[in-house]
Amino acid sequence: MNVIALISFLLAAGVLAWVSERMHRNAPRWVSLVAFVVATIWTGLEWVGAPAGTEEYARQFVSWIPRFGINVHLVVDGLSMMLLVLTAFLGVIAVVSSWNETEHSQGFFQFNILWVMAGVVGVFSAYDLFLFFFFWEVMLIPMYFLIAIWGHEKKAYAAMKFFLFTQISGLLMLLAILALVYANYASSGVITFDYEQLLGANIDSTISFWLMLGFFVAFITKLPSFPVHTWLPDAHTQAPTAGSVILAGILLKTGGYGVIRFAVGLFPDASRDFATWAMLLGMISILYGGYMAYSQTDFKRLVAYSSIAHMGFILLGVYAFNEAGMQGAIVTMIAHGFSTAALFMMAGAIQQRLHTREMSNMGGLWIRAPRMGVMTLFFVVASVGMPGLGNFVGEFLALLGAFKVHVPITIGAAVGIVVAAVYGLSLMQRAFQGVPNPDVSSMEDFGIREMSVMVLMMVGLIFIGIYPQPVLDMSVPLLEQLGVIE
Amino acid sequence: MTSEVVVTLMPYFVLTAGLLVLLLTTAFLRSHLVALIVTLISLLAVLYVTPASIESGPQTLSDLIVIDGVALFFNVLFILAAIVTTVTGYRYLESRSRSYEEFYILVVTSTLGAMTMAAAEHFASFILGLEILSISLYALIAYPERGRASLEAATKYLILSGVASTTILFGMALVYVSTGSMTFSETLASDSSGTIYALGQSMILLGLAFKLSLVPFHMWTPDVYEGAPSPITGFVATISKGAVFVLLLRYAIETQWLSNASVTWAIGLIAIASMVIGNLLALLQEDIKRLLAYSSIAHVGYLLVALVFVSTSDSAGFALESAMFYVSGYFLMTLVAFGVVTVMSTGVDEDAGSLRHYEGLYWRRPMLAAALTIAALSLAGIPLTVGFIAKFYLFAVGVSGALWTLIWALILGSAIGIYYYLRIVISMIKREAEKPVERSQDLNAVGTVTVVLLGVSIVILGIYPTPLIAVVQQLIQSFGA
Repeated sequence: MNVIALISFLLAAGVLAWVSERMHRNAPRWVSLVAFVVATIWTGLEWVGAPAGTEEYARQFVSWIPRFGINVHLVVDGLSMMLLVLTAFLGVIAVVSSWNETEHSQGFFQFNILWVMAGVVGVFSAYDLFLFFFFWEVMLIPMYFLIAIWGHEKKAYAAMKFFLFTQISGLLMLLAILALVYANYASSGVITFDYEQLLGANIDSTISFWLMLGFFVAFITKLPSFPVHTWLPDAHTQAPTAGSVILAGILLKTGGYGVIRFAVGLFPDASRDFATWAMLLGMISILYGGYMAYSQTDFKRLVAYSSIAHMGFILLGVYAFNEAGMQGAIVTMIAHGFSTAALFMMAGAIQQRLHTREMSNMGGLWIRAPRMGVMTLFFVVASVGMPGLGNFVGEFLALLGAFKVHVPITIGAAVGIVVAAVYGLSLMQRAFQGVPNPDVSSMEDFGIREMSVMVLMMVGLIFIGIYPQPVLDMSVPLLEQLGVIE
Repeated sequence: MTSEVVVTLMPYFVLTAGLLVLLLTTAFLRSHLVALIVTLISLLAVLYVTPASIESGPQTLSDLIVIDGVALFFNVLFILAAIVTTVTGYRYLESRSRSYEEFYILVVTSTLGAMTMAAAEHFASFILGLEILSISLYALIAYPERGRASLEAATKYLILSGVASTTILFGMALVYVSTGSMTFSETLASDSSGTIYALGQSMILLGLAFKLSLVPFHMWTPDVYEGAPSPITGFVATISKGAVFVLLLRYAIETQWLSNASVTWAIGLIAIASMVIGNLLALLQEDIKRLLAYSSIAHVGYLLVALVFVSTSDSAGFALESAMFYVSGYFLMTLVAFGVVTVMSTGVDEDAGSLRHYEGLYWRRPMLAAALTIAALSLAGIPLTVGFIAKFYLFAVGVSGALWTLIWALILGSAIGIYYYLRIVISMIKREAEKPVERSQDLNAVGTVTVVLLGVSIVILGIYPTPLIAVVQQLIQSFGA
């Protein structure tokens, strides 16, 4: 697969979408939709079309800044491939879900969506640490604009907070990257930012612990995990629907991906030493996120806090350092992409119709809009972890893996699933059941456009839930490389 | 004087000749446009002869000046700043002043002073360049005849800068007393050097720190930046800092000044104070010119990391390389930022200082807003811009020299910086202000095109910095002849 072509395609589509606004007001959204559909088919075919047992779907290498041994080195393995398909697919969802939401500056809006996604594709395939950091920041700026321009009432505050958190943790990561490169230079005499060359770097264990921590902090800020999660509820709540879908569906996954590929991949020994603390953070995130989600009155904020809880399972699974745990984390990443994207889309749809996110202003919506009710119920139940759906597989495997390593933490985390049921059902209860709010006389139900993307995501979740084996198989080479399985 | 020397010195000859032509034309024909054209021709002519000057190799002339790749590199940056200042300032002046021509004369003389400083290797050429530059700047800061703000700024700058110059002069005298020489490379610290030598060096350092507006000698900066006419603010922020910094760097390397641990400590402390205090005070500003003034304090603080690095390594190459790259980036982004302020201030009586002028700029003048956004993101050190690569260079310098305290200050400063740079961006995104401020009808199209082109170059160099790195690496080979 030609990743450079894919990234250039998305960047070019972004520019085209911006320019096309001059021709017709609706042109940008069509350009963007077509671009993401093409990208989905493109990545999907690369995945399905690859011969069975493929471990590497793409590898590209172009010299960039020879002065520092920096190259455009892109590699797509099984994990990256799945995440690329998810990225392209959620791009379609993001565009469709915000089809009528923004009338103002459509061109620039779609430009930003396409550029975020281009940055994400780079993040998921970069095999050069400088390049990775570059894309890591590139996806930040368009996201900032999405929140700051098209966000809701407190958009400036939320956008600033999002940027500050990501940027400061990013600077720590940059420092860790440079320190790693120079430590490697001191022992090998070569300045290089290449991931594969740095994998074998010979570094003192104390230094490597601190370097691992630098990466870890950056990634759990993005994930996010307690205690660096505070940007997320604001950013999600204030972002426009497309922004929330991208943020929850894709951007959070870059944090999980970074933990697996870089924090654990580059510093396996230091990560093992640190594993208990990381799992503890995961457990706290699960319980704290669940507790906070239950106390929210704002639909979007509730879903945002539930994301923090779900992301806790990723930390729990990865740092269990066994096959079940890692695979659970990976499945959770994919499944959460679908379920949370759908819930944010739902929140956006309700807000567009009722002009509120407060659940106290809702109530009894099922009668007014039964299709929306059914859909919400499905995705709430999925996110709560009902067997047969994707999230269950992920969380169950993560718990299974963690149980072998640390029983008390696993018990704590498992309690989180009960909490999830409480806030999930309370969301359903408060918004869709109960006495209908007399102020809401009528509400337009989902049309074909919205239903079709919802059904697509349902199919995805059911597929992963019933037959997760393909996803699990995709990650086997990576787990071998990390030394988790023989 | 051999022909080779003439070729090497050609940029200086050409600019001096251009200055004379400008003086003569002004004496006989007072025309704003003619003055601009003569200025631009002489500045471009300097650029034209510079490659040949680099080719003919580094030359040391009578102990006073050394024309090497580093000096010529900075000269090109100074010329760039002068071109941007005159081009964006043309329409601005039309609406502000009644006599235009002297503006261009002063810009050219200060450029000449800066070019002399870049090549100075002796106390005499050092002070000569510094004074040519400073005296021209006094007049430029006070240039528009209306308004007390610029007069106040100029007076402040005159007095404080004069004190700094005399401090430097006294320091030079003390160093001369203890070493018997005024050439940089011969004023090395020796065993015999005692208190008088140390005192002299400290006085030179303090004077230069004032000129660079480093904390705690920064008090004048925001007032002067605010009061000076906008094109001149950009000019002061770039050319005077660039010239003083290259001189400081050359001085530090040639005198092996930083082999003394207490000097390194002092510079390190000044650097940390500038990064932290500059950024913190910038948070409080409501005026974009004052905000950029504090941000420039912080940026010179970052730049000192490269200077401190000289003390930790045997070769000054990496320090020079990173400093040259950083200064180029700093010039580009500062020129864009003040260029936008100049364009916004064209055709109105008061400079568009308050951030309120920029509210909703995205929806009114998208190109201008895009240029200012790029400049702000670049100043904040966000990837895709040259400011990121420049900051990356300093990080690399800091890590390879194990200057951990400075790096933490750099991170802290950058983190604070993001907040106020984004404030500029956010105010431009905002919808129209409730109470619209006075708005100019004069679009200053030439100025707009200039800042947009510079903005594009910031992005290009941010994505593909390799050519600039190659040029810098090649030029530092000839450092110090």
